[in-house]
Amino acid sequence: MFAIEVTNLTKKFKEFTAVENISFKVKQGSIFAFLGPNGAGKSTTIKMLTTLLNPTHGQVQLNDFDVTKDPNEVRKNFGIVFQDPSVDDELTAYENMDFHGVLYKVPDNQRPTRIEQLLRLVELWDRKDDLVKHFSGGMKRRLEIARGLLHHPKILFLDEPTIGLDPQTRNHMWSYITKLNKEEGTTIFFTTHYMEEAERVAQEIAIIDHGKIVAQGTSTELQEKTNAKTLEEAFISLTGQQIRPEDATPMDNLRMSRKMFRR
Amino acid sequence: MNAIYIMWLRQLKRYFRSRARIIGSIGQPLLFLLALGFGFGPIYAKAGDGNYIQFIAPGIISMGILFTSIFAGIEVIWDRQFGFLKETLVAPVSRFEIMLGRTLGGATIAVFQGIIIFAITLLVGFRPELSSIPLALIFALLISIFFTALGTAIASLLDDMQGFQIIMNFLVMPIFFLSGALFPLEGLPREIAIITQIDPLSYGVDGLRGTLTGLTHFGLAMDLGVLVILTGITLVIGSYLFSKIEA
Repeated sequence: MFAIEVTNLTKKFKEFTAVENISFKVKQGSIFAFLGPNGAGKSTTIKMLTTLLNPTHGQVQLNDFDVTKDPNEVRKNFGIVFQDPSVDDELTAYENMDFHGVLYKVPDNQRPTRIEQLLRLVELWDRKDDLVKHFSGGMKRRLEIARGLLHHPKILFLDEPTIGLDPQTRNHMWSYITKLNKEEGTTIFFTTHYMEEAERVAQEIAIIDHGKIVAQGTSTELQEKTNAKTLEEAFISLTGQQIRPEDATPMDNLRMSRKMFRR
Repeated sequence: MNAIYIMWLRQLKRYFRSRARIIGSIGQPLLFLLALGFGFGPIYAKAGDGNYIQFIAPGIISMGILFTSIFAGIEVIWDRQFGFLKETLVAPVSRFEIMLGRTLGGATIAVFQGIIIFAITLLVGFRPELSSIPLALIFALLISIFFTALGTAIASLLDDMQGFQIIMNFLVMPIFFLSGALFPLEGLPREIAIITQIDPLSYGVDGLRGTLTGLTHFGLAMDLGVLVILTGITLVIGSYLFSKIEA
């Protein structure tokens, strides 16, 4: 049985093709790493998998529900930790967690205990009543992770979850996630730039570049295929040495202007 | 607890935590009330229509409600830019519930803002019909829901705040100035009269003025009917557009 089935998925933004005709399957209860350089199409793919973007062509099924035909059913099947911030600055850490818990239907009697457990996991429990706007970037990130783990979905998407985290938190987070995967059979789909994370936890890896999947298999298979000693070497030999340009989005511009506005 | 309630609660918490926002959104109506109310008062009295403060107060209350609710609706763009919108868009609840919770939250804030301005108008000499306050509250709520839903609908179509000035200058300001908030709708040139009749806020202002002072142009039944129908339509369109948002 597959938790995620992607068939001939394509996304075009006007002239630009962000994702081109990709297909892959993720087994139920497995951990799947989706790797690629900046701008390769990882986040666009995740957005299509999580009903935030409509595909131009192709099909996506999550636990047999189609993302375009049945978005409401699909949304009941997954949880996600986004790459960019999505916490509410004007609420406290606890309120952000509680809000998520209600919205994602964590039962009233379990919510407080789980919130405490997770805020302790990311070491924010003693800051729980502070407004998030007073948090540092790293603290916001930790809150984001704790929030994403609050409800226990069947499929969990993590878009570069460990970016900006210290090694301690990263370790806590991964041990919590692998435990979730073992005990509850949660399917994990994640992206990362830390190759050793993928090597350590993922059973299956797909590498995407310029919107196309260039290789897929276990870490060992990818290394054998490219005659590399580590996954990092394999990754570089598959995607090249070049550093990818990234444009500023309207979002970046707005962040700037809001910072000025706040002064 | 459910999704509609928690969305409503979030809007309220954000509002009551932002003192700058509360004070800021009282400033402009207050300026209009004092400058126009006292500035045009003598001319208005000479024209034989009586006390201008009495006339303009319901208009200024509507103004406060209009601005607050449009802003509450437009907040969707903020939430989109700062990521929080995604959190609600992928939640396992229908987007209609999300939109409804947001809208009711925004509308509650707008009504509250209207009440603050109402209290200020009392201080500068407005003398309303106190027994009709419950009915006035219903009008205030309808105006609030309508314009919050309208703001949400517009915000659902916009990617960033670039379009915001256009909305302010070509939608919100005309809606306010051409609504009869500041001048009587009787005896206007034909073209202007037609525009005021298309303006949804005209019916809100007229309803509030009718209940609070007894002075009405369209009649309360007409005001109520138009507002109820428009609010219904806007909620449907707004939640449709909201459900189509991509992030």
